Amino acid sequence: MSTHRLRVDPVACDAYGFCAELLPERITLDEWGYPVVDGTPVDRGLVELARRAVAECPRRALLLEAAEA
Amino acid sequence: MSTLTAPALASRLLSPELDGRDPTSLADHLALRGELPPLRGDDAAWVAAMLQAVADSGLSGRGGAGFPSARKLAGIRRAGGTPLVVVNAMEGEPESLKDKVLLTAVPHLVLDGAAVAAALLGARRVVVCLPADDPSGTAEVLRRAVAERARAGRSGVEVVVAARPGGYAAGEESALVEGLNDRPGLPIFRADKATPLRVGRAPALVHNAETLAHLALIARHGAAWFRSAGTAASPGTTLVTVAGAVVRPGVFEVELGCPIDVICAAAGAPDDVAGVLVGGYAGTWLGPQHLGTPFERGALAELGATTGVGVLVVLAASSCGITETARIARYMAGESAGQCGPCVFGLPALAEDLELLAVGRAGPTTMDRLRGRASLIAGRGACRHPDGVVRLVESALVAFADDLERHARGHACRGTAAPSVLNIPRNARPGRRAA
Repeated sequence: MSTHRLRVDPVACDAYGFCAELLPERITLDEWGYPVVDGTPVDRGLVELARRAVAECPRRALLLEAAEA
Repeated sequence: MSTLTAPALASRLLSPELDGRDPTSLADHLALRGELPPLRGDDAAWVAAMLQAVADSGLSGRGGAGFPSARKLAGIRRAGGTPLVVVNAMEGEPESLKDKVLLTAVPHLVLDGAAVAAALLGARRVVVCLPADDPSGTAEVLRRAVAERARAGRSGVEVVVAARPGGYAAGEESALVEGLNDRPGLPIFRADKATPLRVGRAPALVHNAETLAHLALIARHGAAWFRSAGTAASPGTTLVTVAGAVVRPGVFEVELGCPIDVICAAAGAPDDVAGVLVGGYAGTWLGPQHLGTPFERGALAELGATTGVGVLVVLAASSCGITETARIARYMAGESAGQCGPCVFGLPALAEDLELLAVGRAGPTTMDRLRGRASLIAGRGACRHPDGVVRLVESALVAFADDLERHARGHACRGTAAPSVLNIPRNARPGRRAA
């Protein structure tokens, strides 16, 4: 079964912080406002929220990647 | 800084038996080393046999990451097209001299290795990348060697010597390749690191200069010979630059697995040391109790360390490890490419906490803040630069734990005022400043 993991493109990221607002279950911000992402597989119930966070990133810096389980 | 090549512990690359010959001349190089076997890149059987020999040899990259050479070659072959061989001699680690010493002493051995790699890949071009700001004269020696091979009509491949902008991270392979593509020489974020880097359309094999010198010897003598030095898991020899509080700083060739204290002793280290920095500024401090550890990937991994770029910096007992680490962290913060937030903001923050500790101005929460910051930064940059600094800082907290306790209570130590043993240069390309 394929699962999904979140990653950040750190070059693109500019610390807008929307991702942590939209997906606090998986993303917190460090003291400078940059996301700290839990890279373990995203629960099925969170995948839609994760997609939304990906779509809302103004820098297109949040990635939801299909990964082997 | 000395570039002495002191008594060798092994002598494959840096042979001491020159018999009055000059290995920078092609004729003398061939007299000393023998001819390379004919490179038959268009003969599938020859290519397969040589690739097998590289795999059997267990050769791994000597530029820091230690990736198996055979797998790197295979990855480029799978990419198709006509590849390019990039010889990485950027050697941005300030304490490291091994690639400069190697290229100055035996340029033809490195060029032989590049020719072997080119034959295995079907590459027709080799680019040797050296730092533009290097005063050692390495580029001149190399250019003469390249010209001599061309005159002798034996190159087979076109070899270009390229002086590239220097700096600590200039040799990071994606940054190097970006620069060769006439873009800013900055590391790039690669979601999939298995995708080969390309210069133009050519898949680029980026290999450290020393790795290619070993490849030239494997082509001459075979895998079994290569494995007759070193350990089963880490075969062969390697170049190590020993620096810091030693009588004979310089480059030493050792068998992988040689104990660290033996290497340090060859360089004339004092009996009483505070610790040794293993692997360079992105490396790991080891305290005196660990200095019998074999210099070899597996044994060092158990201590959270790596061979890195083959650097050992010896710190005398009279020095302060926290103070020296603060200096390195500040330098490394300035060498950030300035692209990724956790590196741009995180590294100066680590440096600041260490500086407060070093001079005895730490508050009650400084230690916890430093540990917390260090634990958050690693793995969050496009390249491994921040990870290396975190490793350095966390290792200092362990290796100098006794000192640290005093510093954390707001005291400097006697070593704080001692002169630095480090060779920290001015920042080559200061990164984006933290606000």
